[in-house]
Amino acid sequence: MSARPQPLVVGAGPAGIRAAAALVAAGLRPLVVDEAPACGGQIYRQRLVQDGRSTKDLYGSEAGKAERLHAAFAALDGHIDYWPQALLWNLRDGTADIAVAGTSRRVAYDGLILATGATDRVLPVPGWTLPGVFTLGGSQVSLKAQGCAIGSRVVFAGSGPLLYLVAWQYMKAGVEVAAVLDAAPATAKLNLIRAVPLDAGIVLRGARFVAELRLRGVAIRTGVEGLRFEGEGRVSGVAWREGGRERRLACDGVGYGLALRSETQLADLAGCTFRFDDRDRAWLPTRDVAGRSSVAGVYLAGDGAGIAGADAAERAGERAALALLEDRGLAVDRARVVALETELARIGRLRDVLEAAFPFPAHWAGAIDDSITLCRCEGITAGAVREAAKHFDIGEINRLKAVSRVGMGRCQGRICAAASAEVLAAATGKPIDGVGRLRAQAPVKPIPLALQLAADRSEDAA
Amino acid sequence: MSRHLDIDVAIVGGGLVGSSAALALRNMGFDVALLDKGFCGAQASGVNYGGVRRQGRPREQLPLSQRAHAVWPRLKELIGIDGEFLRSGHLKLARSEADMASLEAYAAEVADQGLDLELIGHNGLRERFPWIDGSILGASLCAGDGHANPRLVSAGFASAARRAGVHVLENTPVAGITRNGEGFALEAGTGTTLTAAIVINSAGAWADRFAADFGEPVPLTRIYPSMIVTEPLPPVMTVNIGIEGGGIYARQVERGNCVVGGERALPLADPDFSRPRGDGALAIMNRTAEVFPALRHAQAIRFWSGTEAAMPDRNPVIGFSGTTPGLIHAFGFTGAGFQIAPGVGEVLAELVRDGRTSTPIEAFSISRFSRPATSRPDQHRTSHGSGADQPPEPHNRGAHS
Ligand SMILES: Cc1cc2nc3c(=O)[nH]c(=O)nc-3n(C[C@H](O)[C@H](O)[C@H](O)COP(=O)(O)OP(=O)(O)OC[C@H]3O[C@@H](n4cnc5c(N)ncnc54)[C@H](O)[C@@H]3O)c2cc1C
Repeated sequence: MSARPQPLVVGAGPAGIRAAAALVAAGLRPLVVDEAPACGGQIYRQRLVQDGRSTKDLYGSEAGKAERLHAAFAALDGHIDYWPQALLWNLRDGTADIAVAGTSRRVAYDGLILATGATDRVLPVPGWTLPGVFTLGGSQVSLKAQGCAIGSRVVFAGSGPLLYLVAWQYMKAGVEVAAVLDAAPATAKLNLIRAVPLDAGIVLRGARFVAELRLRGVAIRTGVEGLRFEGEGRVSGVAWREGGRERRLACDGVGYGLALRSETQLADLAGCTFRFDDRDRAWLPTRDVAGRSSVAGVYLAGDGAGIAGADAAERAGERAALALLEDRGLAVDRARVVALETELARIGRLRDVLEAAFPFPAHWAGAIDDSITLCRCEGITAGAVREAAKHFDIGEINRLKAVSRVGMGRCQGRICAAASAEVLAAATGKPIDGVGRLRAQAPVKPIPLALQLAADRSEDAA
Repeated sequence: MSRHLDIDVAIVGGGLVGSSAALALRNMGFDVALLDKGFCGAQASGVNYGGVRRQGRPREQLPLSQRAHAVWPRLKELIGIDGEFLRSGHLKLARSEADMASLEAYAAEVADQGLDLELIGHNGLRERFPWIDGSILGASLCAGDGHANPRLVSAGFASAARRAGVHVLENTPVAGITRNGEGFALEAGTGTTLTAAIVINSAGAWADRFAADFGEPVPLTRIYPSMIVTEPLPPVMTVNIGIEGGGIYARQVERGNCVVGGERALPLADPDFSRPRGDGALAIMNRTAEVFPALRHAQAIRFWSGTEAAMPDRNPVIGFSGTTPGLIHAFGFTGAGFQIAPGVGEVLAELVRDGRTSTPIEAFSISRFSRPATSRPDQHRTSHGSGADQPPEPHNRGAHS
């Protein structure tokens, strides 16, 4: 091994695995860290214990991809250093602080590939904090990792392709799905016709989900407004407006989400420049087609750099690794580079269409009642946020955080920042990109006060 | 967009010093503009630890500190919010006999200043503050000190100033100040120009530049104290804690979070921003778990830091320029400006109105840096000596609070 420190890959999902594999193929030995106990990321998350379910049961039509990816990672054994259940909580100037196995290690890296993935985006609606209400991603995790359903009669609500996928997966798992409540009007789905030449398979699969759900009697509602979750102490039903009429359904579990948001705190700590992305309606680290960020030696891949899905993540991960190799002056396969970039461009166009078909209901933000909790960690209501913005004459999200505490709690705004920015924009009449971006601070997630700095260095840890 | 203002007083820097001066001046009837290159209260004044502490200050700061002490309980009336100010008391811990002796010496030195310090021995400490680790030998309590929420207090003064009629111009960096007949002409970002009879230089860690422009270079350096905060915890800490000789300082806010400071952060590429070092934050966290056993299993949820102006003798610069009539300086609070700032604001307003102030500020004159080196106070030792072997700490006794 050379005297140069190892490259560091953060995240062992589709992007991180393909990145690590490409580095290994070129003779490098990266360190791969991930919070999860096993590889796969969110989408190809593995069960915690073998429970008799097949990969087909777990991943449905994506089982082949899941198997290939898990196998690809297994094949890296011995060629990488892999720290599962490791939290990278701080980054600076080529050094990462990583909490793993009860201590914190300082790791010097040369080349950093951030493949940090995404989590659900939500806008608060009445009852969103009731027990029994989960995010769409959370509903899926509980099914995949633990084999648990979030209820026995479940409603899925919100927007985004995940809405139908999770509903279908629950139905397949034998759970009663009472309804799918889609925020987008039915006409939005006409956009999907444009997706056919880009990826007919995805359109067909979506159509099949809807058809099979309908066949089983699942109510599919579009253009849903005024969504709220009801119940005393736990969710017992959902209510909404549809074409001006009030509707109501009993249920004991809700999966709710409005597509995904990128996990960008590490890119922020790494010093990357951000720009506002209209498609994701979010601030994202800038990158070139290869995944190079604005900071030399820092590469971005997968949903953490912008929502594009698992297929894109695999390619972006590999492309970012090739960029790292190129930047080290190592030879890369040009044909492969071109193929990856062509595929990524195609998926990018597909994403444009999907966004039009599953639009984010931004107009919900202005309608959030003052009494609704916006920031769960700190218990801050939408009304308190609006009041603080008014009292202090504030139209910028970091200032809003300072005076209202919104985004200051355990989640550091990962859950509430998008919604808070929407509420602030609506309250001040500013465009969403005019209220700024919540700056990240370490630690990325909470760490124990008693966490000790390990005496060793990564080099001997391997 | 270009605009021009012709006013009595232009205040450069909307930290707590500038915004409290703005409010005081406006209340006296002056036409005032408060300019900030970013948002008012977004720098040191809004991100500091929140210690509202007189104890531990050098003797020469105490009259000013006492003046500020009278302002803190009146925040609600002054700015419409109480800023979460809590008169909890400030307890300074001694880890060794030498530290205890140092606390005793300080108490004797400032006995006539009205701080009402109470020295507490080991047994007393165990009895009254059983949540502090038994290895601490003793402490000095200043019951009248406390803590507050800097994020609210600083923004609160600026928004009260705005409501009172001050022209608060945010995101308006002052690019240059020139002498213009009897007064000054200011050029600021976004095409703003001002003419003013008086200029107050309260630009915090950026103030040295304006002093130098008027022929008064000062040995100002920047420091970046590191902060960590825990998740909300059940009530543990009943007082604001400092430690003699430095180390950490800690307080618990009403919501339950414990805020702990110590160590030094590092500036980012844009030196207006800074971030704690990972190992520095861990050191603060580990020490917190040692001194407060009840926090041993708590989690830290956020770190931050801020940019602060430090002077080598750890005293601020407050008062008229030595070269330029109508120019007043107020900067360089060296990690301890939060508590005194509301008093400084009143003093600055008096200087503008009367040309003098009832509070002694001679020790803070900018001219002390133009005197021959021999008469300059020692760089690392203060009159009552502590923290002597350390680089400039946020304040003279090694810990804020
Ligand atoms: C992390 C930290 C912890 C601290 N803890 C404590 C504590 O517990 N107790 C205590 O008493 N003190 C504490 N302090 C010190 C205290 O915060 C400062 O001494 C005090 O806030 C200084 O106030 P200020 O108004 O001079 O500076 P600032 O608040 O920094 O204000 C200066 C302002 O000037 C503006 N400015 C600069 N250049 C220009 C320009 N060209 N044009 C326009 N505007 C400009 C800046 O944007 C800034 O807003 C701490 C400081 C820090 C950083």
